[in-house]
Amino acid sequence: MSRARSIAAVVALASSSRALAVPLQDALDPAGPQAQHLVALWDLMLAMSTVVFVLLVGAAWIAVLRRTRREIETPDLAHSEQEHRRLTRIVSAAVIVSALGLAALVIATIATDRALAGLPLQDALHIELTGHQWWWEASYDNADPSKVFTTANEIHIPVGRPVIFSLKADDVIHSLWVPNLHGKKDLIPGRVATHTIRADRPGIYRGQCAEFCGYQHAWMGLLVVADPPDQYAKWEAHQRETVSTPSDPTAAAGQHVFESGTCAMCHAVQGTTANGRHGPDLTHVASRMTLAAVTLDNTPANLAAWIEDPARIKPGTNMPGNNLPPADMGALLAYLATLK
Amino acid sequence: MSTPALPGSSDVFADPARDARDAPLPEESVGLWGFLTTIDHKRIGLRFIVTAFGFFVLAGILALLMRLQLAVPENGLIGPDRYNQIFTTHGTTMMFIFAVPIMAALGVYLVPLMLGTRNIAFPRMIAYAYWLYLFGGLMLYTAFVLDVGPDAGWFSYVPLAGPQYGVGKRSDFWAQLITFTEVSGLLVTVSIITTVFKLRAPGMTIERIPLFVWAQLVTMFMTMFAMPAVMVASTALILDRLVGTHFFNYAEGGDALLWQHLFWFFGHPEVYMIFVPGLGVVSAIVPVFARRPQFGYPAMVVSLIATAFLSFGLWVHHMFATALPDVGKVLFTAASMAIAIPTAVQLFCWTVTLWTGKTVLRTPLWFVLGFFFILVLGGLTGIMVSSVPLDLQLHDTYFVVAHLHYVLIGGAVFPLFAGFHYWFPKVTGRMMDEQLGRWTFWLMFIGFNVAFFPMHILGLEGMPRRVYTYSAAMGWGALNMTATVGAIVLGFGILLFAVNVARSLRYGALAGANPWQADTLEWWYSSPPAFGNTHRIPVITSRTPLWTPGGIAGEVRGLSRSPPETLVTSGLEAHPDHRVAMPTPTIWPLISAIATTVLFIGSIFTPWAVVWGSIPVAIALTIWFWPTRAEARRHRALEKSP
Repeated sequence: MSRARSIAAVVALASSSRALAVPLQDALDPAGPQAQHLVALWDLMLAMSTVVFVLLVGAAWIAVLRRTRREIETPDLAHSEQEHRRLTRIVSAAVIVSALGLAALVIATIATDRALAGLPLQDALHIELTGHQWWWEASYDNADPSKVFTTANEIHIPVGRPVIFSLKADDVIHSLWVPNLHGKKDLIPGRVATHTIRADRPGIYRGQCAEFCGYQHAWMGLLVVADPPDQYAKWEAHQRETVSTPSDPTAAAGQHVFESGTCAMCHAVQGTTANGRHGPDLTHVASRMTLAAVTLDNTPANLAAWIEDPARIKPGTNMPGNNLPPADMGALLAYLATLK
Repeated sequence: MSTPALPGSSDVFADPARDARDAPLPEESVGLWGFLTTIDHKRIGLRFIVTAFGFFVLAGILALLMRLQLAVPENGLIGPDRYNQIFTTHGTTMMFIFAVPIMAALGVYLVPLMLGTRNIAFPRMIAYAYWLYLFGGLMLYTAFVLDVGPDAGWFSYVPLAGPQYGVGKRSDFWAQLITFTEVSGLLVTVSIITTVFKLRAPGMTIERIPLFVWAQLVTMFMTMFAMPAVMVASTALILDRLVGTHFFNYAEGGDALLWQHLFWFFGHPEVYMIFVPGLGVVSAIVPVFARRPQFGYPAMVVSLIATAFLSFGLWVHHMFATALPDVGKVLFTAASMAIAIPTAVQLFCWTVTLWTGKTVLRTPLWFVLGFFFILVLGGLTGIMVSSVPLDLQLHDTYFVVAHLHYVLIGGAVFPLFAGFHYWFPKVTGRMMDEQLGRWTFWLMFIGFNVAFFPMHILGLEGMPRRVYTYSAAMGWGALNMTATVGAIVLGFGILLFAVNVARSLRYGALAGANPWQADTLEWWYSSPPAFGNTHRIPVITSRTPLWTPGGIAGEVRGLSRSPPETLVTSGLEAHPDHRVAMPTPTIWPLISAIATTVLFIGSIFTPWAVVWGSIPVAIALTIWFWPTRAEARRHRALEKSP
């Protein structure tokens, strides 16, 4: 076992908790109008269901428990004509009330659907989101092709501005779900779906793949960072910048490792010769909060452990292990750290 | 013994020469040979029930493994590969080789008894269906034990289960298991439908059929119309995987969503194929323990039929998160909510029956109380997930895991356990222990709710389904631990049931024919009923023949015992029509099932197995159906000229 490997192993064990300082996923804590509409519908349904549950189960249980007999008695074979009519009236009334209640819920459903579809979309931000096993690729669309940029697993959006997602899948079916912002929408190979959201308060909203997609379905996370508009503008401008050759010799050596080794076959760094498309675009990887689709905090130790043996952290992942000499690993980490 | 004058009765019943030929009932063949060749609906039905219960226990163990893995965050007990196989095998078992077959198995055992006939229609076919079902289930578990179990979910969505992403033979085993259960299920369907329409006791007109039998009949029609959809789907999947067709490959003009439409066109009615027989069990138990005939019988029957029709209009509610037109989706919301009404009608009618009755609270009724509680809760969350927009939040989360277990365990497993306690004396001749039964109920009821109620909250807190682990930072640990504890309690409840069965088989009080003083015909026979059920088929004049004075007006005479005959009656009015020769035991259903199994499993490995594998099947079936002179003579003698 190489020294780097054993160090990585120790580090990985020490940081055994993959704790991330991000807010929890919560469908009942809306941060935008879409999730807000859904919470309103949920509240209505929960209230009606609670009443119905108490009435129905209460009636059935009381019917049994109110006068139980010890022994099995001779059956009563028929109701009197009068009683039968009375019972029929009760049952019919209960059925009519149930039907009316359900009709009310259908109307509430239609109203909510209209409200969701009615999100104003002027000046919307267009993001093409592609699901991969097991990470997210986000391409920020622009009328000017030179302004299009790509990132992975961490999407920044401006607060108060609508976002239109075009959802695609590269391999199997995935599903986009950021519960604090909206319900889910499937990403299906060969089809394009759209999903519109808006965040009304700044914050970090975690999401994750909701359609079973294979081995690492559990660790296919996504962060949506809602920034105030000026901060978002800065982030966007920064994302469009490409990378220049690092001045630090170690980092420069790392770039050589990156481009001459296996990394560049799958990963792209804009402005360099690395332009692989199988894995996440790493142009600004050092500026992201997490690694491996919101699986690890973005720290040098975690990054080293991930590069060394990704399958130990995410069994089944498509990224192969890299048994680099310690010097090369150090240089590679130094290079990646410059990709801010 | 008097012979009643029946409208339309033929001279068969008054033929003294025939009566003179009455020989003692032939004994059922015993020993290993008897075991392998039997065509008695009770032996096959019981075998079906025990096998399905065995698969239930296996899938339950898999569930406990999942709960152990999820009890704490970032648990390393089970890796994703094994975990995916476990949840796939759990779901596949519960849906395909536990719930649907065990409900049909209850029918195989009980329907002929409730209808007062001597055996099920086409009993050899039922034997063949059982063996196929057994071999299919064994194939699934063999694959699982060898670490090549299916791992794409019980729904096997493509492309994950397709040739490109579902590597190895795993999804092929899944698809072939579907073939096994399809063939078996459709054969049972044909058999039960024929029994209900043609083999009812004389006088059991269509409005005197017990509600349990109605539920079975409705279920069988649903099976008949739903199963072909999944058969087409799984065959297309096998073809994609084995011979390179492109049904689901969008790059070659196929469509991944096509799978979902076909699968759920079957998959949603399937839920009702599990749930409707459960309603039948409840309808059998409620009147007996309320000491009152079921209120609103016509409404109950119409509700069952309405449920069956509506269940075919709901399948898209599994696909609300896909990019389908919104207007269309709302129609499915309305249909999904509408199906609550027939269930509500039945619930109201049971409540009224119980309210106006003199209830006796025994274990079966306790399980019915559990059924009310759990099913209503599951039904209400079902209304929530049927709403398109709300479903976008709830779909594919633990909320849905909670919902579906409330519906299926509430709607099927609790009625099933009610039925086990209720019919155990009929099947074995001995009573189950009441004290242990009550403990079983409370352990199962409390364990179930502790296990599954927290999952609603987990879903709202963002926990998706089918994850093999989750980050400690998500805050899902405590509720998952609670759920695991509940699952263990539920497991103990089921264990206690097994203990009660084992004890009662030996030490249970002798039951007699009708220990609950019940109303339907299965309680008319001795417990357990003799081979061939009865030689003298009862003549019915009432919906509750054992309660109404004169409910059994007499008995049919003149059926030959050996070779055995039974009576065929008309479809609506159950007028006696003609006698029919009953099949005799044979080994060929078993041999045919073995040959079919070789074909099915062989075709997983080479498409040519469909060609060479069909030769032994053809030979076995030919011998099975080869007419003998003696048989042909018998059948000719019984033919009735129009």
